[in-house]
Amino acid sequence: MAGIPSRHKSLILLAGVILLQVVLLAVQIKRDSQGRLLRVWTVGAVSPFQRAGAKGIGNIRGTWSHYFALQNTSRENEQLRSENDQLKMQVNQLQSKAAEADRLAALLNFRQAQRNVPMLAARVIGTSADTASQTIYLDRGERDGIRRNMGVITPDGVVGKVIESYRDTAQVLLLTDRESGVGAMLSDSRIQSPVGGTGEPLLSMKYIPTDETVNVGEHVVTSGMDRIFPRDLPVGVVAEIKTARPFQQVRVRPAANLQRLEEVIVLLTLHPLEQKKELAAPSAEAGGKSIGGTAAVNP
Amino acid sequence: MMNDAFDLRLAETHIEVHKFRSGAIVGSAVLALMLQAFVPVYISKFAVLDLPLLVVIYFGLSRRNPSTGLLLGMVVGLLQDSLSGPVVPLGLYGIAKTIIGYLASSIGARLDTEHPAARFATTMIFFVVHQGFVTLTRRVLLAEPEPWFTLRLLIAAALNAIVAVLVFALLDRLRKS
Repeated sequence: MAGIPSRHKSLILLAGVILLQVVLLAVQIKRDSQGRLLRVWTVGAVSPFQRAGAKGIGNIRGTWSHYFALQNTSRENEQLRSENDQLKMQVNQLQSKAAEADRLAALLNFRQAQRNVPMLAARVIGTSADTASQTIYLDRGERDGIRRNMGVITPDGVVGKVIESYRDTAQVLLLTDRESGVGAMLSDSRIQSPVGGTGEPLLSMKYIPTDETVNVGEHVVTSGMDRIFPRDLPVGVVAEIKTARPFQQVRVRPAANLQRLEEVIVLLTLHPLEQKKELAAPSAEAGGKSIGGTAAVNP
Repeated sequence: MMNDAFDLRLAETHIEVHKFRSGAIVGSAVLALMLQAFVPVYISKFAVLDLPLLVVIYFGLSRRNPSTGLLLGMVVGLLQDSLSGPVVPLGLYGIAKTIIGYLASSIGARLDTEHPAARFATTMIFFVVHQGFVTLTRRVLLAEPEPWFTLRLLIAAALNAIVAVLVFALLDRLRKS
């Protein structure tokens, strides 16, 4: 190498380094597990700082809102009391109509059916370091019982599934990621079809035959066929429909706000969840209990 | 007429190689990766920025040594891959940032890019080239259909270039006088 000009040395180095990474890529395509060690090290090194940052921001927010931002507290208090009275009236009305609220009943049903399913609340402490993938990091990991392929939800709907579990951290693949998918069905017609991510805010519902009727605004819920999520959890709402053959192009807006997740619930089970049979009188149950999906959570 | 402020000189001998305080390069790269993985939790639009890329470009242009530039690009890129999801295999950003580190160092050795306008232009070009290599790798090695150019890419390049002007000014303070 002594006789090679400096310019050529760097070109040779460039070629060597790129070749090395191309080989690394090729190996990963062949075997998914390759490269996990580097990810483990990097995530292990970064997550304490993410955790500290998330805690720090929480503390700053708490200190600010509890000690400094109190100028309008009295006025807000009055407003809130007034709103509270109005809301109490609305709640009474809603409780009487609970039997008609399908989504409410589905969530209630889920809570009743999964009373024995352990759940864990977790805080979001980081995201993927690029725009190509849609993942988040949680502040709970293997030590808390989180394993790969566990479902992640919020009270609003499905969030995604755990793809990696480290000691104190877990990586969750969001529903919007291109690699993501969930067994789903249309809530009205009960037509089943997987819903997958597109890398964009809207999801794609595949394999709905052209001759089937789908309406914009129709709710999409989990079908339970993926063996990760129980049936009838909200996935989203049909936002766009384009006619194509042999399948319609149905775009679904996620029910959970995946752009702004701060806390989520992990379903701590790898066994297929079985939906309990329809309750004999769901309206009676609905009248007596609030939706409170998080009430079953063990924090 | 030569503009004093925007001084793009072609003679290599006039261009100064900048040295930095110890730990400046490693510290900046780690901080950029941390922010990239943390801030989007609270500000989702932040994800449009590629801070690790800006760090690679800056130190490439300043250090003007192709070997260190490409190695910095490789390390930063691989770490960024490690923090990403399963659609990003190790090496995707590694390859792109290796090439950008090399190109930035090579160009930095020929052009003086100290003026904000020059920094804006070079960052914008490098951002587009970086995405070009990411797309090329996806298409050729991973057989994934990716568009070569979109309006979103252009907007992201402009935003990154604006932020680069500010970030580069901050990083200038880490230089040894």
